[in-house]
Amino acid sequence: MDPRRVSRTVSDPKVRHVGFFAPPAPPDRSQSGPPDPTSSSPPVSGISPPGNSLSPVMIPPPRQPSTDLVRHYPHAPLHSPLGDPRAADSSVPVGSYNPSEFLSPSATTDCSDDPLSPGLSRMGSSGKFAMSLPSEEFDMPVAKLNDDVNMPPNVSDGGANMEVQKEKRAAGGKPLKEKTTKAERRAMQEAQRAAKAAAKGEGSKASAAPATGVNSTKTGKPVKPDAPKKDNSVVTASEKKGGDRQPDKDRKKDAPHPRMQFDDENRVEKAKKRSVVKQTEARNRVELFRHLPQYEHGTRLPELESKFFKLDPVHPAVYKVGLQYLAGDISGGNARCIATLQAFQESIRDYSTPPEKALIRDLTTKINSYVSFLIECRPLSISMGNAIRFLKTRIANLPLNLSESEAKANLISDIERFINEKIIIADKVIVKHAATKVRDGDVLLTYASSSAVEMILLQAHELGKQFRVVIVDSQPKLEGQRLIRRLVGKGISCTYTHLNAVSYVMHEATKVFLGASSVLSNGTVYSRVGTACVAMVAHQFRVPVLICCEAYKFHERVQLDSICFNELGDPDAVSRDYARKEINSLDGRANSENLQFLNLIYDATPSDYVSMIITDYGMVPPTSVPVIVREYHRDHLWT
Amino acid sequence: MWYRSASFILDKQQQQQQQNDTVTNPESRPLSPASTAMAAENPNANISMYYQTRAAHHGVVTNDWLAQAQAAVGGNTDDSVSDNYVSGGEEENKRYSVVDEFNNWRKQPELAEAVAAIRALASVIRSSQATTMMELEIELKKASDALKSWDTTSISLTAGCDLFMRYVTRTSALEYEDFNSAKSRLLERAEKFGEISYKARRIIAMLSQDFIFDGCTILVHGFSRVVLEVLRTAAQNKKLFRVFCTEGRPDRTGLRLSNELAKLDVPVKLLIDSAVAYSMDEVDMVFVGADGVVESGGIINMMGTYQIALVAKSMNKPVYVAAESYKFARLYPLDQKDMVPALRPIDFGVPIPSKVEVETSARDYTPPQYLTLLFTDLGVLTPSVVSDELIQLYL
Repeated sequence: MDPRRVSRTVSDPKVRHVGFFAPPAPPDRSQSGPPDPTSSSPPVSGISPPGNSLSPVMIPPPRQPSTDLVRHYPHAPLHSPLGDPRAADSSVPVGSYNPSEFLSPSATTDCSDDPLSPGLSRMGSSGKFAMSLPSEEFDMPVAKLNDDVNMPPNVSDGGANMEVQKEKRAAGGKPLKEKTTKAERRAMQEAQRAAKAAAKGEGSKASAAPATGVNSTKTGKPVKPDAPKKDNSVVTASEKKGGDRQPDKDRKKDAPHPRMQFDDENRVEKAKKRSVVKQTEARNRVELFRHLPQYEHGTRLPELESKFFKLDPVHPAVYKVGLQYLAGDISGGNARCIATLQAFQESIRDYSTPPEKALIRDLTTKINSYVSFLIECRPLSISMGNAIRFLKTRIANLPLNLSESEAKANLISDIERFINEKIIIADKVIVKHAATKVRDGDVLLTYASSSAVEMILLQAHELGKQFRVVIVDSQPKLEGQRLIRRLVGKGISCTYTHLNAVSYVMHEATKVFLGASSVLSNGTVYSRVGTACVAMVAHQFRVPVLICCEAYKFHERVQLDSICFNELGDPDAVSRDYARKEINSLDGRANSENLQFLNLIYDATPSDYVSMIITDYGMVPPTSVPVIVREYHRDHLWT
Repeated sequence: MWYRSASFILDKQQQQQQQNDTVTNPESRPLSPASTAMAAENPNANISMYYQTRAAHHGVVTNDWLAQAQAAVGGNTDDSVSDNYVSGGEEENKRYSVVDEFNNWRKQPELAEAVAAIRALASVIRSSQATTMMELEIELKKASDALKSWDTTSISLTAGCDLFMRYVTRTSALEYEDFNSAKSRLLERAEKFGEISYKARRIIAMLSQDFIFDGCTILVHGFSRVVLEVLRTAAQNKKLFRVFCTEGRPDRTGLRLSNELAKLDVPVKLLIDSAVAYSMDEVDMVFVGADGVVESGGIINMMGTYQIALVAKSMNKPVYVAAESYKFARLYPLDQKDMVPALRPIDFGVPIPSKVEVETSARDYTPPQYLTLLFTDLGVLTPSVVSDELIQLYL
């Protein structure tokens, strides 16, 4: 345990200096989080702690490491190979970064290794572990994700890994110190990278070959570790590379990367192999959006339904929610988020830790598998991603001495609290704030259907304000129609029009209220497609645009356009003729090579068009989104 | 004595005008429910007390006003004030009246309204007979509410009270066992806050020196004590610059500023308010004060600031705002009409026909995109940092 801990604390500050970095993945945190919060939290908090920053015009602290680097590199060459131990000693406590990481990539991979694999390798011989695995996996025959496909390689890697580690320890200091010049180091890195690439190719081939049967890979695996042991160092190195990369990929697989590039054939293949839901990809995808997942609508649902009793690993509650996403029964950021959280609550209630497993780790993998199932049903919204991150952080931060039932109760109440505080009460606060902005005689324009905006309109109406609502809607979803039915039912006078007419109706509007799926760090509003158009027109007409968005939907990401990250809907939905349902003028053209349908779900509204964001922390300008992210989303604890 | 003050004259004019044309002056007529409620306390409910005070302090100086100001600075407590301003309830007389105290502080022309409020609230703590922390806190809350409702149009007063409550009560002092030590701790904090606020103007003047370069031409609007302090410091630092002063209708506070600057031997040119665009090409930077800085980073200031900022923006001239941090308010106006209206009478010199409507609003809102930098005692900020500061202060 100790050596790893040390390397971790050493490697963490490095992360901090790199500037942009992704917060460590939750499973990672489960290891490093609780014991040494000091090392893990500062990078997340990022800029400056709020309490002691008296002056807002603080200059970010100088980048220590880079200067350090410069200072230390000249030293390194001075050490002769003889000076090894001393050098090693002196270089480690240099503290904020680990020079060895810069010197040799192999050391880097070792240090930043997925905690799981060294952990496993340390827990016992790989063989023993592999023995315990099959018994568990056999009852999930439907290629269940991570454990099944990934663990065995993992284990084998563990073995190989350990081997290599030992080797390196033995040969240890030397390669580190021998390097003298930058060029040499670079050459070394280059070579290793090449080896890595080769190993990767091999590995993928190898895994592709036996992939016909999951069992075969599994039985095959335990044998594997032996082979590399006998091999010469080149093979071990390459094997190790594969090994080290593997857990990395595993982690990605656990919670498929939200921004997986779907134009990458290899990855798509792999993802398909893992997936529970059988997905046929849409034909004729638009070139610019090939990196986004797009599946034929309706092909998945019946099949998935038929699998209901076979899908052991997925909890029925989660399963149900997934089906609802797939069928489109639940839509809207808040509704989806609440449904997910409640399903997780349900699954945690029914959860019991398998023998010889730690709740923290096992539950995290469970949740991960649920999440990947949900992603297969429909890509996660950013708000859901935030909520899941919250849950995972909670799990990771559970005190170790809690009994299982206590831990479960803790988690369930945490989720409950999250739903209440961050969604329901937040909405109430937003409504309270926004209602003060509605004045008599106002004409409020809204686009599509947002639950928050609906509540605001109803509340303002209840307060007796005299106002009129213009609802702008657009195909294919026509969500505004449901909203208008509810508003008219309450006696609010409404105008309904389509997006085409927005420039005409805008001149009579006095305020524009819009919902959002997420607000990003640069103030960009990520919302239902068409929102950007409405906001732009409003801006042009000098009509204030008010975005209603709960703070839990804020995200630290920055996005400049709606291309790199988006969601594609059913392409057929765009081709339909809504006015005359019996005639589909595009019928039969769908298969044409030179016709592609694009049904985007979201778009990004630049912050210039946004006058104000109404959140549960009050009314803030779009420039304050990063402030709220910084102050309240620290460590994803959602204080 | 009070009745001879300038503000009273304005007041009387207003009342006369009302009596004359009860129907025809809808601008000043409509009383929102809030202002009717407070009418009991404040006889001048439908014109802004804040701008009354400003007019009295910085408007064209009359002799008897000067005399009165001298008296006020001398610490002469004015008995008639309480007759005027206190709600007249018996319990008010029994207890210590914070509005009274506030008005006493307020009479010093050099003392900002918010600082006066802070001082008044500090003296509430001092003279409180409360025996528990809770009681004291409630008392403080009541006092600040009274102050705030006394003049709802003054942003700095409201913000100052809120910030005071935050700063003073949000402290570990409340956990002390011993009430007296806790109270003295509170008092200490309150006085420190008052001190910080008082010194804010100096800090701003120091900070802004880097922005005034030799040979520059500065356009200022209206009378702002902070801006005056900035310019005075610059003059003392032997900087060579020229100042354009707008007239600052209707209370013509610009005249006062040009007067002050002339005393400092700074070259001053006086413009009428409508000559801003005409002379903007000669101007290197625009300096304005603020009545309030709102959450968006925009400012609420004397009428005319917005158009100056617009003109400056279109000619690519920087607009600098000097404002103390106690003017930061948790408000977020979306447009000009999205504020509690602060009305004041306007003297056109000739009788206005009853059919003519008069825009009597005293202030406007300048959105953040027209401002370049804000000089505050927290540092030199871009407009977007204001919200950052507010979030840190209030949440």
